Order: sequence, then C-alpha cells, then structure tokens
Amino acid sequence: MKETVIKTDQLSKRFGSFIAVDAISFEVQKGEIFGFLGANGAGKTTAMRMLCGLSVPSSGTAAIAGFDIYKKTEEIKRNIGYMSQKFSLYEDLTVLENISFFAGIYGLSNSAIKEKSEALITRLGLQKEVKKLVGELPLGWKQKLSFSVAVLHEPKIVFLDEPTGGVDPVTRRQFWDLIYEASEKGITVFVTTHYMDEAEYCDRISIMVDGRISALDSPSALKTQFKAATMDEVFYELARGAKRGD
Amino acid sequence: MKQFINFVRKEFAHVMRDRKTLLILFGMPVAQILIFGFALTNELKNSKLIVFDQAKDPASQEIIARIEASRYFEVERNLSNAAQLESVFKEGKIKMALVFPAGFNASLLHGHHAQIQVIADASDPNAANMLTNYVSAIIQDYQRSLSKSSLSPYRIIPEVRMLYNPQLKGAHNFVPGVMALVLMLVCVMMTAISIVKEKETGTMEILLVSPFKPILVIISKTIPYLILSLLNVGSILLLSVFVLDLPVNGSVLLLFAESMLFISTCLTLGIFISVKTSSQQVAMLISLMGMLLPTILFSGFMFPIENMPYLLQLFSNIVPAKWFYIIVKSIMIKGLGFSAIWKETLILVAITAVLLIISLKSFKIRLA
Repeated sequence: MKETVIKTDQLSKRFGSFIAVDAISFEVQKGEIFGFLGANGAGKTTAMRMLCGLSVPSSGTAAIAGFDIYKKTEEIKRNIGYMSQKFSLYEDLTVLENISFFAGIYGLSNSAIKEKSEALITRLGLQKEVKKLVGELPLGWKQKLSFSVAVLHEPKIVFLDEPTGGVDPVTRRQFWDLIYEASEKGITVFVTTHYMDEAEYCDRISIMVDGRISALDSPSALKTQFKAATMDEVFYELARGAKRGD
Repeated sequence: MKQFINFVRKEFAHVMRDRKTLLILFGMPVAQILIFGFALTNELKNSKLIVFDQAKDPASQEIIARIEASRYFEVERNLSNAAQLESVFKEGKIKMALVFPAGFNASLLHGHHAQIQVIADASDPNAANMLTNYVSAIIQDYQRSLSKSSLSPYRIIPEVRMLYNPQLKGAHNFVPGVMALVLMLVCVMMTAISIVKEKETGTMEILLVSPFKPILVIISKTIPYLILSLLNVGSILLLSVFVLDLPVNGSVLLLFAESMLFISTCLTLGIFISVKTSSQQVAMLISLMGMLLPTILFSGFMFPIENMPYLLQLFSNIVPAKWFYIIVKSIMIKGLGFSAIWKETLILVAITAVLLIISLKSFKIRLA
C-alpha cells in the first residue's frame, strides 16, 4: 500500500529573471529515503525551502503530507521536521534544555517531553552529557542530536539540508543509521547531500541541474541507465552539462 | 500559551547564562549614575586663582577674603609684579587672575568708581565663562553690602528663583538622561543582537519551520529585555532617591508606565534593526552609531536642543529619547501628571506604531 507524502507539479521559483527552480515534478512515498542531489547553485535549497513553507513558490503546485503548500502551511509545519545545513541547536543551552525546548515549541505535553527526551538520550548514549552545554559536544554528536531533535515530534517527513557536512566518515555512517531507524518508523526522509556514497544509501535519488530535475530513479537503475560503475560517474555525467554553478 | 512560556523560559536561559553581559546590563546603570553623580559635574570647584594686589587696602582685602571663602576658588598666592602673570598662566595650573590697581579703596570711596581686572584662562571657554561669572557675582555681592551703608536712593535688586531645581543640582539633568540612555542601550542593542543571532546560527529557520508563530518568536525574544529594563528603571530610581537625594516628585506608577512605553519603543527599534540586518556585528554597529549617538546628542540631556541649527532641531523630533527625557523630567522633577505629558506620550506611541508596522511588513517579506 503506497502513500504519497510529497507531490509536486511544475513547481517553480523565480527571483526576477533568474529561474532558481524550473518546473520540477516528482512524488515521494511514505517511509522512503529520497536523495535530492545537485551541484551548488542547482536550486536544491530553494526547492527544499519551498517544500518546508519557508518560501512561497512562483508557480506550480505541491502537497506535503496531503496539505496544499499555499493554503495549509500551518498543517504542513506540524507534520514536518527540518534540519538545516548550519548546525542549529542552541550552543549556550544544555543538551536537555535544547531537547525540551524544541519538543515544547511543537506543543508536546510535559510528560511526553520527559519520556521522549529520556529515550533519545539513552539512544544516543548521552546520559553523562545531559547537563553539558551543547557547544561543548563534538560536531558529530551535535549533528546526531540535531537530527534526533528534528524527528522528536514524530513528523511525517523530515527535511535534511546537507546534514553531514564536515563530519568524519564513521560519524556519517552512524548518522545514516539514525536515518534508517527513522525511515523504518515510517518517517519519510528528504535529504540533500554532496557525498555520492550517501546517495547510494538512498532508496531513490533525483539529480538537479540548472533548476531542473534531470534524473530520478533508484541508485542502481541510474547506474544502469548511464552505464556507470558508481554514482560519482552518474553525477559527473549530468552535472558536466550545467551552465551555472558557483 | 504553554509553547510561549516554554519559549520565554529559553530566552531567559540565554540571558542568564551569559554572566558577563548580564553583569554589564545591571552594572552599567549603577555605574553611570554614580559616575555622573560624584565624578562628573558641571560645577567647577576649587579653581586655582592668583591675585596681584597693588592696592593692599581694606576694599581689596575684603574682596579677596570673600573669594577665598567661596568653595569655587582657592587663592594660590600674591604676585609681586605684573610680568609674572603670563608665565603663571603658561604653567597651566592657574585658571584665573585678579588685578587690583593701586589706590583701589580710595577711588571706590571718593570717585565712586573702581576697576578690577579679571583675567581668565579661556583655553577652556566654558570653564572660563563660568569662573568669570562666579567672580562677578562675588564682587557684586560686595558692592551691594557697600551700598547698603551708603544709602543710594535707586536700587534694583533682582530676586532670582530657580524653579524645580533651586540648588542647580546636576542630578536633575542626568538622571532622566541616563535612564533614556540605559533603556535605549539594553532594549535596542540587546534585542537586535539576540534576534540576529538566531538568524546567524540558523536556529531561526528551524523556528520558522516549526508551528510556532513567527510573530510570537519575536515577542518572546523581547520579554527578558522588557523585564530587565524595568528592573534597571527601578535601580536607577532607587539610586537617585537614596544616594543622590533626588526625590520623585510625581507619580512613580506613571513614571513606570511611561518607561514601559519607552521600552516598547526601543524594543520595536531593536526588532526593526534585526529585521534589516543579518549579522550580529552590523546590528551592534547600527544600534550604537545609529541609535545611541543620536540619543546622547539629540535628547537634550547633554546639549541644549534650543541652540542647535533649525534642521537639527527638526531632526531631534524623531529621536524617541528626546520625548522620554521630557516625560521623565516632567514627572520626576516638576511632579506633573499625565495631562502635562500626553502629547509626548502620544508621539512615542506613534513612533512605536510606525516602527512596528514597518518591521512586521519587512519580516513577512523576508519570509516569502
């Protein structure tokens, strides 16, 4: 039984004469890990911001968790989680304070906050660091904590904008374990990345070039289609034709 | 509502955790009041003065004695010849010299006309002006005591009354000024910085993606500074009443209500700056240069607005601190009620409303 949680149709965003996102159409199913790839400046972040309700599209339609992107932004916000490319917890608050704050703004009850934060701390093995300021944690832990906080309110979809930038391979692997766990719980994961090994971990990936989606399929199907041995080659093949970059 | 409290609690955690800033925020008003109250004063006391008395008669001695008795001067020494005068001034320690011509008393009594030369070091023009005024006053006083005995038929004695501040205390001027300054600094700069900080670190995006209303994000970020500022108003008032002996003549409640209004004005200014800037440094620079400087220059507490060129006088009207300064003076010192300050209050309300509307508009545009 398939359930579509993200559906876009001809979604576009123009800034003056510049078309950042050019009529993209795709669907993402529940529980899927959807990789959103593209070179710098291809329009990934702009597209993601529109899906999160941070930016209003210029034209086209989209539904997130079944809610219209123009009219039902409040409902959408309640059903998504978001982790930006900048590390985004409060460094001057403790681990526990961060968790309960973010749980709190999603309106979780006190007992739920307590229960969930305990579970989260145990899962991440942060028992000893609960009272530490987040700023004192190593980057890898911060990223994991940041992701766990983004899915704490059990959203239908979680958007990750280059979540593993600057993190070592071992921590990245652990981070992906968390992503798989979330996906098994039925949370759809929408992730942008620059790392092609991470692209291999996704169920399906789309590759954006110059604001358009030029390829969309599972990693193995894409490799067959482009007669490439690795995702690196697929990406290079497509991105080579790009006219804009940074 | 629960979410809102949760948010405000987090804001307090930010403020409380930053001990250094907290210390500055609470220490600054206390330090300023004490510095203005005891170290910086407009009055000149114990200025060094030299005398070149060629007369050495009762009249000159009497005047010198009176000058020495006043707390403004300290008579340094007598000169023996006029040539020493210049070298003495060049040393820079002596601010003023009095020269009595020979036969001073005789010409005063018989010719009814005597001259004293007063020489002041005018490299600091304000000080020179004040010192000559002091000396003239002392000499006039002596003259009056003379004419009492000689029964001159026509006399006009002006009776001067300094209203609201009979002792011409500086505190009447700077307490309201420091209040405006501190509130401006805390509210504008701290609010602007704390909101921009969320933008800079990326947490603002997370908040905007959450179901928490953006307008509530802004409001809850201002609440700690609102409370902090009210505490500051309290501490300034306590200091001025108990340390500087400057009572609050009007209603304390009204004073706090007006302070709340001015704090709101400053908070919206802070929000406005934070909406328009994207880095903490820029926000701080704008708050300092764009807000603090005009507050010092145009609120009227250091420089009288009446003496400024017309254009600057016009400009001073959009500086919120000017109106707050007038309000505080009216309540604290003149003891006036709301009927006397409703115009100023209305202007502050209008400034706040305009700022709020502009910031909310641009905040929405940024979201799109």
